[in-house]
Amino acid sequence: MKLPISWLKDFIDLDGLTVEDVARKLTLAGMEVDEIHYVGLAMPDYSKGEKHEFKTTGISWQPDKLVVAEICEVMPHPNADRLTLCDLYDGTEQHTVLTGAPNIFHLKGIGKLEKPLKVAWAKEGTTLYDGHAEGLVLTTLKRTKIRGVESYSMVCSEKELGISEEHDGIILLADDAPTGMSLVDYMGDAVLDISILPNMARNANVIGLARELSAMTGRPLKKPTIQYATSGESIEGKVSIEITEPEMNPRFVLGLICNVEIKPSPYQIQRRLRLAGVRPINNIVDATNYAMLELGEPLHAFDYDVLTQRAGGRNVKIITRTAADGEKLTTLDGNTRTLTASNVLVCDEKGSLSLAGVMGGAESEVAPTSVNILLEGAAWNFINIRRTAKQHNLPSEASFRFSRGVHPTLAEMGVRRGLQLMAEWSGGAVAPGLVDNYPLPPKDVVVEVTPKEVKRLLGIQLSAKEIAELLGHLEFECSIDGETVTVKTPPHRLDIGEGVVGVADVLEEVARSYGYDRIPETRISDPLPPQIGNPVHEWEEHLRDLLVSLGIQEVVTYRMTSPEREGRLVSFDEYTRIANPITPERTTLRRSLVASVLEIAEKNARAESLSLFEIGPVFEPRKNDPSTGSGQALPNEPRKLALVMTGRRLASAWDVKDSPAMDFFDLKGRIELMLAGLRFTDIAYAPAALSAAEGPSYLHPGKVAEVKVNGQTVGVFGELHPLVKEKYEVGDQPVLVADFDLDALRAASPAYGIVPVPEFPPVFEDIAVIVDESVPAARVEELIKQTGGKSVSAVSLFDVYRDEKIGAGKKSLAYNLTYQSDKTMTDAEAAAIRNKIVKRLAQEVDAKLRS
Amino acid sequence: MQDKLNAIEKAALESLESVKDQAALDAWRVAHVGRSSPLMQVFSELGKLSKEERPVVGQAANKVKVALEAALAERTEAVKAAALAKSLEEEQLDVTLPGRTVNVGRLHPSTQQLRRVLDILADMGFQVYTSPEVESDEINFQMLNFPPHHPAREMQDSFYVEAGDPSTGSGQDGDNPILMRTHTSPGQIRAMREFVAMNPSDPPAIRIALPGMCYRYEQVTTRSEMQFNQVEGLVVGKGITFADLKGTIADFARRMFGQDVRTRFRASYFPFTEPSAEVDVECFVCGGKGCQVCKNSGWLEILGCGMVHPVVLQNGGYDPKVYSGFAWGMGPERQLMLRYKINDIRYFWGNDTRFLSQF
Ligand SMILES: [Zn+2]
Repeated sequence: MKLPISWLKDFIDLDGLTVEDVARKLTLAGMEVDEIHYVGLAMPDYSKGEKHEFKTTGISWQPDKLVVAEICEVMPHPNADRLTLCDLYDGTEQHTVLTGAPNIFHLKGIGKLEKPLKVAWAKEGTTLYDGHAEGLVLTTLKRTKIRGVESYSMVCSEKELGISEEHDGIILLADDAPTGMSLVDYMGDAVLDISILPNMARNANVIGLARELSAMTGRPLKKPTIQYATSGESIEGKVSIEITEPEMNPRFVLGLICNVEIKPSPYQIQRRLRLAGVRPINNIVDATNYAMLELGEPLHAFDYDVLTQRAGGRNVKIITRTAADGEKLTTLDGNTRTLTASNVLVCDEKGSLSLAGVMGGAESEVAPTSVNILLEGAAWNFINIRRTAKQHNLPSEASFRFSRGVHPTLAEMGVRRGLQLMAEWSGGAVAPGLVDNYPLPPKDVVVEVTPKEVKRLLGIQLSAKEIAELLGHLEFECSIDGETVTVKTPPHRLDIGEGVVGVADVLEEVARSYGYDRIPETRISDPLPPQIGNPVHEWEEHLRDLLVSLGIQEVVTYRMTSPEREGRLVSFDEYTRIANPITPERTTLRRSLVASVLEIAEKNARAESLSLFEIGPVFEPRKNDPSTGSGQALPNEPRKLALVMTGRRLASAWDVKDSPAMDFFDLKGRIELMLAGLRFTDIAYAPAALSAAEGPSYLHPGKVAEVKVNGQTVGVFGELHPLVKEKYEVGDQPVLVADFDLDALRAASPAYGIVPVPEFPPVFEDIAVIVDESVPAARVEELIKQTGGKSVSAVSLFDVYRDEKIGAGKKSLAYNLTYQSDKTMTDAEAAAIRNKIVKRLAQEVDAKLRS
Repeated sequence: MQDKLNAIEKAALESLESVKDQAALDAWRVAHVGRSSPLMQVFSELGKLSKEERPVVGQAANKVKVALEAALAERTEAVKAAALAKSLEEEQLDVTLPGRTVNVGRLHPSTQQLRRVLDILADMGFQVYTSPEVESDEINFQMLNFPPHHPAREMQDSFYVEAGDPSTGSGQDGDNPILMRTHTSPGQIRAMREFVAMNPSDPPAIRIALPGMCYRYEQVTTRSEMQFNQVEGLVVGKGITFADLKGTIADFARRMFGQDVRTRFRASYFPFTEPSAEVDVECFVCGGKGCQVCKNSGWLEILGCGMVHPVVLQNGGYDPKVYSGFAWGMGPERQLMLRYKINDIRYFWGNDTRFLSQF
């Protein structure tokens, strides 16, 4: 909502308040000013480093340079046909001003004007917008010669003064504009661009905002007096109204004005409408818009003679009803719209006239030739209007208001204000009376509040009298009985509920009226509630830290993907599908976290080395539960960890050349450290069962392992299958990926303790054995540990070796063993353990000691 | 004999002066104090002298030996010092060469910011409560006082989820369609119900933080995302006031944005709170003087808040006549964008490592 300050001043005295003061008060009370656009009034000077409060745009008019002046005669230019010379009087002296304005061209050479033209005159040195430039470019008026005639001043267009884009002609002010007056004093303005909250539709008009400002400042609201003379036959008996569905149309009011002269509205009205963002059309349409912007009631004007004609000369009967499915209506914008049964129409006996509350019909609209005008003000069901406006994609000033709720009281007030303005601007005669059909007045809401409730919920101590006063500023009718304030909602509001909701609604108004800024800041005095941890969250945060400490970068990706995107890696039978995807790229919720992280690896493929992880949910659809009727089941959201590594092991540097590419064991090492960091001790790595349908067929069959902790599978990792890797643009190096089920991993978390540091010195020894290739290293290590028992405190593989001497199909595994005892171990004791181990290895895996 | 000794000493000391390195030192040692040196010759020939001469010459020779050894020790030190000085001079590194690095892992900026927020909240007694990202319309909207067709729903356009079984109708059309949660507030309902279940006759007070991913049906542009994180704080108790809300937010803002930061409460509207407010902090980029980040307004909108709406309390199982509460919500990505002047929100889920590595 664009609010010109000058219009606001019609309803509240703003003396002593700056534009910023007004904007600040409105903003704090919930009518946020997004921007202040200056159109003449002095802008605040921020050059001295003052703090800004609002986004500020526009132009200030120099008071000594821009004045109201009058053109006394329009004379031809001696050397240019399209230009004229104006004899202009500024209140003290005469000037000759050159202009090319087409809107006074017809007065050229007719001699001294009978009635001088009032104009906005800019003297030499005025800074204003260049009317000929594209967009808004400031320029300063200089003395010059145009076609041999000296020029040092000009008469201005709206564009030059920053009022609108209009540059087709000069501004012609009202005849009573005082010649010689500074233009900024006469019509300097500033426009507040205000966001209207969904529950504040009542303030999407000038009076609503003035009322709020009155409450916030304590200054009285100057309510408009709507009075006009009537003449001729009464409307009653000429026109009737039939409302078929009061739920959809609680009230319908009609007024009539006859013998209007359709012409442009007075200049000040046009200027206000433009500043408020509405294009002036003619005095009748402008009157409906002006009344709407001022009071909040959208009005609609019909050409009464068209309606009479349609009625075959009989009395006009207006009917409101829902449309038939498929019914058609051509709206004002020239589009023919196909309607549905939920749309409400304003009709006469012949057929539909307009789409109720949203847009008028083309046939009965006001035309330049209209003479008699029937004016509609109505109340509509806001949900219905909202749906209809959305359905036909018809956002308008009217539907904006009706779809947020307009109180039916305003229907009658709006029609009367509209008639008053039409009479003033068109010379028409208002017919006595109104036709008013009001089948469903809204319930008067009454709420009771007490100082105790105010204290309990707002934390401020107010007396019943103070509460009543604060609400009274917003036109609530309050009566006090002891400690209870009985509050009646004013007849322009639909946003106050009943019961506990009503109490909250009213308390919000108490708080706003009191001022949020005056409510103190206190610390919660309630005792701290029982502290309940979130082990899942805490464990995951620990895991994140662990992975980061291993040099792995966290990523966070879109949860929405598509079966095609994931399909490069893996396919699933079922997905949780988005019913209204915003792009074909993201139609389902992800089922594979690895697929998401691989996409990120692909996007970063230029990097020399990548180590990435993500922790988050995947989404597993669940069957609907027939026992809950239509109740849809929410998908499961199991937590996953995905790891992706690829590229060089070490970053290239002046002393690091051609570092090898990371392989299976780089990833495995990270996983080992991660599991050790999570305190797992019972960990096993086994070749993954690729035959199983669930198997990770996207991994290389020879470079894949399942991870088991405490005997339970918690994840799988390995190198990407060459055929799968081909589908990703990730370079030539192997891509290592891991997929962990965090719910299983977390559930398996062990309890752990710290082992004492040994007191006696350990004995170190190396042992190398030759075994068949088929014997896994883990089996050898397991046998060493089993046989050594607690005497062997550490086993570490330090070499894997193959050559001809050892023989084909064989490998040598070399281990560092650490012997540890609860006393100093002798060489003989160590040798005994070693012999036991060698013997056991020979028995179990046919190992031969390598000399 | 004394003359001979003097000559030996003189010649040795003279020759020592030209000794410059370890090899020359070793050669000098052999030549002048070694077994076959002239001095040692004197010692070995002592036997040939008379009984009277022997001690005199012996003493004198010993004196020379001591003197030469002292001179050798001194020279050795000098040579060592010279060698060290030389090597120190020669071993000059180019200290401007880059150092050796290791691979560094980092948390995603959103995680970092979420942690900052949650850490502060934890200090203030708020514990983390998490809830599903796919929600029912009932819990995401209806229970939070967004009736069907309420205009406020326009503020939160939603992604709906298709019904698993087409026979139950499309996801969008039923009474209770499934959708991607549009905010973390459905967690308020879930948490309240859980807390009520702990002690239905006298439900406990609540102080929790609700973090997590939320979704809005929005075109992805530099300024808007279809997916974003949110953190909410929720307090429910028997004596919670709007003044407490202001105090708690002010405390939080001081921890989050600096001790001297000024905050401003503006009346606002959210269906699930009343009274509602939006909170601005003085622009921490320009200090309120006006800049690009604050669009020359001097203020940055950082969070929305309000007293929990009585309908929401009721739906959570708390009697609004006895209990009251407040909630506030904010966006970690928005906070990061303001703090670091990030002009494209798509960086967050783009995960370009050149972006991530700056955090
Ligand atoms: Zn700023």
